[in-house]
Amino acid sequence: MEFVDTYVIPGAIIVAQILAVVVPLLVAVAYLTYFERKVIGAIQLRKGPNVVGPFGLFQPFADALKLLSKETILPAGANKIIFLLAPMLTFVLSLIAWAVIPFGEGMVLADINVGVLYLFAISSLGVYGVIMSGWASNSKYAFLGALRSAAQMVSYEVSIGFVIITVLLCVGSLNLTAIVEAQRTVWFAIPLLPMFVVFFISALAETNRAPFDLPEGESELVAGYFVEYSSMSFALFFLGEYANMILMSGITVVLFLGGWLPPFDIAPFNWVPGPIWFMLKISLILFVFLWVRATFPRYRYDQLMRLGWKVFLPLSLLWVVITAGVLVAFDWVP
Amino acid sequence: MALQALVFYLFAFVAVASGVMVVTSRNPVHSVLFLILAFFNAAGLFVLMGAEFLAMILVVVYVGAVAVLFLFVVMMLDINFVELRQGFARYLPVGGLIGLVLLAELVLVAGVWTFSPEVTASGAAPIPEGVTNTEALGQVIYTQYVLAFQAAGLVLLVAMIGAIVLTLRSRPGVKRQSIDEQNLRRPEDVVEVVKVTRGGGV
Repeated sequence: MEFVDTYVIPGAIIVAQILAVVVPLLVAVAYLTYFERKVIGAIQLRKGPNVVGPFGLFQPFADALKLLSKETILPAGANKIIFLLAPMLTFVLSLIAWAVIPFGEGMVLADINVGVLYLFAISSLGVYGVIMSGWASNSKYAFLGALRSAAQMVSYEVSIGFVIITVLLCVGSLNLTAIVEAQRTVWFAIPLLPMFVVFFISALAETNRAPFDLPEGESELVAGYFVEYSSMSFALFFLGEYANMILMSGITVVLFLGGWLPPFDIAPFNWVPGPIWFMLKISLILFVFLWVRATFPRYRYDQLMRLGWKVFLPLSLLWVVITAGVLVAFDWVP
Repeated sequence: MALQALVFYLFAFVAVASGVMVVTSRNPVHSVLFLILAFFNAAGLFVLMGAEFLAMILVVVYVGAVAVLFLFVVMMLDINFVELRQGFARYLPVGGLIGLVLLAELVLVAGVWTFSPEVTASGAAPIPEGVTNTEALGQVIYTQYVLAFQAAGLVLLVAMIGAIVLTLRSRPGVKRQSIDEQNLRRPEDVVEVVKVTRGGGV
């Protein structure tokens, strides 16, 4: 009986909580692809998907079924274990980061003390799925895509790290709930506006989204690192990439846009529950992701590296120093 | 408690096993991937000890940055295994001797090494109540060990400058893009609007 009380019941509760996060997340990923096609369609004066179901709402499920029913192809020269491991790794990494994201007051799977570092660690691991798939495919296009992606993700992680440090200086804690609570008076997007912009652009680069989608660069690399993948293994990459987009938007919201807090703590705004605010803010950031994709041409590779190392790195370093200086000078250190 | 012990043995076993695989794998890329697995399990052990900050830093620094570049280099190398294994028997005595000497030295050092009583007293000290891991570490590093910490930073700086000096060379005849210069160009400086008469040409 004691065994059941100490292990089985808490274990079942944890599994239920995980499912409560992951299932809506996967549905959100499916509808993000629909949303993307609709938004880009509207920007390009097209209709987007409108055939399957009312307003084309069942399109994501039709796509999923199509991918599921296709044949999984293993290239003859591929390193089979790593080839199959890479998409799984990408997908799993995009899911486990959600463990520390607070959806509302106290609504978090694991309220750990080093939440921000955990997120930073998990997002820096995303590059492994890309490199492993590129190498294991034993294909030149895939390998070139993987090399580009590795260099790009490592470069932009540096400035993301500095941006996170500026936020942490203003909060005085690595706990994500504490970071959101610290934004009760003012969202950090306002005092740290340049860092918000740097973080958002770095998030675009970190998720390999346009205008930094060089690893995929279809005009020169066919599809980049996942050119040899088909069927479910391709679908896992696809799901992982979109789940990562939602994750990076979630991190942006937690760090800069006040997480689940309403914009003003007055009557009509604080009637809306926190998780709804959180999702609305994530949707806003995701819309900007898609807007950027439909608007800007792709960066050239050397320009991408220049932006990361020569513009963002000095700028974010300067802001760390300025923020620390201001906090100490006015005695605002938390 | 039983669960903790189980998890400890799981992490410890996988760490040791992947350490063995790093050395014995035939493919160097597999070796690096096993090394990453070993780092992960070491991070798991840190978490079990309550040192969550160190665990995360281990993953961020070693797995997220160092091992990526390592993997990057190893993947680009074209290693010929047949050539590598040639002369294994010839070099075995010398290699074995060096290994033995190193082992003897390590044993001698470990045999006479004594920790200062100060360290042994504070080594297993629990984290003070009400202070998070990160804060506790910061309070020690930036007060008691500030000199060692700054010296470590200086050593890293020297290593970085050394790498830059080694790779920096001026290559003549390379065309470079100067983005500031491009942004400073005004249309009126470079574009001439000409009214062309019909049939007249420019």
